[in-house]
Amino acid sequence: MTARDLVLGRLRAALGEPRPTPAEVPREYRPAGAVAVDLDVLVDRLTDYRATVHRCPDGDVARVVGEVLGGRRVVVPAGLPPHWLPSGVDVVVDHDLDVAQLATVDGVVTGAAVAVAETGTIVLDAAPDQGRRIITLLPDVHVCVLRADQVVATVPDALARVARHRPLTWISGPSATSDIELDRVEGVHGPRNLHVVLTD
Amino acid sequence: MTRTFLGMPATAPPGVGHLRGDEPFPAAARRALSDAQLRRNLGHATATIRARSGAVIDEVPDWPQLRAAARAVKTDTMARLPELLEQLETAVTRAGGTVHWAADAVEANRIVTDLVRAAGADRVMKVKSMATQEIGLNEALAAAGIEPVETDLAELIVQLGDDRPSHILVPAIHRNRAEIREIFLRAMPGVDPTISDEPAALAAAARRHLRETFLSTRVAVSGANFAVAETGALAVVESEGNGRMCLTLPETLITVMGIEKVVPTWRDLEIFLQLLPRASTGERMNPYTSMWTGVTPGDGPQAFHLVLLDNGRSAVLADPVGRQALHCIRCSACLNVCPVYERTGGHAYGSVYPGPIGAVLSPQLTGVDDNASLPYASTLCGACYDACPVMIDIPSILVHLRGQAPHPRAEATAMAAAAYTMDHPALYAAAQRAAKLSRLAGPRGRGLPPPLSGWTASRDLPEPPAETFRQWWADR
Ligand code: SF4
Repeated sequence: MTARDLVLGRLRAALGEPRPTPAEVPREYRPAGAVAVDLDVLVDRLTDYRATVHRCPDGDVARVVGEVLGGRRVVVPAGLPPHWLPSGVDVVVDHDLDVAQLATVDGVVTGAAVAVAETGTIVLDAAPDQGRRIITLLPDVHVCVLRADQVVATVPDALARVARHRPLTWISGPSATSDIELDRVEGVHGPRNLHVVLTD
Repeated sequence: MTRTFLGMPATAPPGVGHLRGDEPFPAAARRALSDAQLRRNLGHATATIRARSGAVIDEVPDWPQLRAAARAVKTDTMARLPELLEQLETAVTRAGGTVHWAADAVEANRIVTDLVRAAGADRVMKVKSMATQEIGLNEALAAAGIEPVETDLAELIVQLGDDRPSHILVPAIHRNRAEIREIFLRAMPGVDPTISDEPAALAAAARRHLRETFLSTRVAVSGANFAVAETGALAVVESEGNGRMCLTLPETLITVMGIEKVVPTWRDLEIFLQLLPRASTGERMNPYTSMWTGVTPGDGPQAFHLVLLDNGRSAVLADPVGRQALHCIRCSACLNVCPVYERTGGHAYGSVYPGPIGAVLSPQLTGVDDNASLPYASTLCGACYDACPVMIDIPSILVHLRGQAPHPRAEATAMAAAAYTMDHPALYAAAQRAAKLSRLAGPRGRGLPPPLSGWTASRDLPEPPAETFRQWWADR
């Protein structure tokens, strides 16, 4: 008997006959669409989790990104809108860079898929303006450009909207640990600095 | 009776994995109680997490509705577990992953070891995972000449300190900064001898220590918080980014998952992703959540293996009262409110699953005979039930399991547990206060069997709820 047959057989025997009736799930909690989007809540939550938020019109993104980067060397995904990057920035486009090359850059600039106001969470789905998961992981500074129309109110809203078969990374503030006496320390393995450029 | 179907014991025997302690709970607890440093570290930690968690839970207007929905999803999942696992297998396979089934710890360890060997690796990096601790994977890998590297800071502290985890969520909670500094100086190669005991400095040392491992290791092993039967998506929640490193950087990813972690639909994640971080670390959302479905060409590991682990879970499922222990999402909220855990710490429970959930899960996974004292490692105050985001009625399962423990030994243990509680006035007082509060929180809807029916009768007085346990705790 294979392990598969053994385990499934045990589980069927464990449930016995007649099988317990499947339960009806009462979904009386706030579903997708129940809460209005409030950008101020998003900014408040992001800031509370030690991300830095910059609000500006789309036309100003390059200037803000330039200020945040302050001359750092950055990697960008191939599909990043070119007008988000300041001229003269030291940039390498990710065409399958290897780990060693990625480990030498200081920062990364990406777009985003969705953001959740209530929890201060940004979701990346590896679309062309966000790139492979690895490029937002190794560099120490992540600058994420978010359009106001990408912001939703709650977690159910975000799950309803994201591309469910893609690799998803949900980011709430920079990397952090509380393992030593529960003192929060930012930046253990992931980026230590998260900048969110929110365009209206 | 439930342990014998289909011929073989459902759980790996003693000596494999970490579900059994070396001594009964009262003996281990007595020693822990005499360790003042341990009690201080634990008291600080559990009080801090309780306060944080209470504050962010208060922000959620539909917390009771989310809990009720979570409980129903889990009940439904257990009723359809075989079919959901088959559905998950199909979805993961379709997405380019390979699914393996492991009846017990021995088999799971063998599968993982073979996969690592086949990948030609002699080192693996690990994301913190209860399932791999449960089966003793690190020991099995080491015996096969493969080095397992824990990448979660707390797990690294435990591993370098040659220690055992004492909490589900923060495994090194029993250590303070000075102790951690000592461990690093002793066991972390290349650490700066003048390093301070500031948490930021210690975390930076761990970052430096692990960076090269992340970049050069070709196989990673993780657990899973959730797996969606409908789509084949796996989810891991974490804070540090070590999880993202392990899930993204290697060529081969092996995920070991207890079969109870499956949820039926993508939409069900909306319930658990709201409950878990707030109940667990007291955050609105944990810093990082990774989700992936099979393999994605050009992004992340190009080989993905999912090991579905039974190791006693089918035996738990066979008990209609006890099966709700399988609903657990390992948030550790029940540990942080438990007056017994707060004073004894996690090691006293012997198993990798400590605290109230461990007191019901471990004996069921191993068979009650192998963990006969654990159903008594509780004051039955009900605080764990009130705190649990998926509404597991732990006190009722405890009482149910006491009825199954071998009699003479059980009574002796019961006496020991009672005596031990009475011997510790603070513990007894906390149990009394919490029990009174549980009463106020409303009737449980069913009585307990004798000899505890007298206790139930007074406990289930249908008084209107005055305040929730959490509010009371916050005011305390
Ligand atoms: S039993 Fe409930 S409170 Fe305890 S760890 Fe599991 S889910 Fe959390």
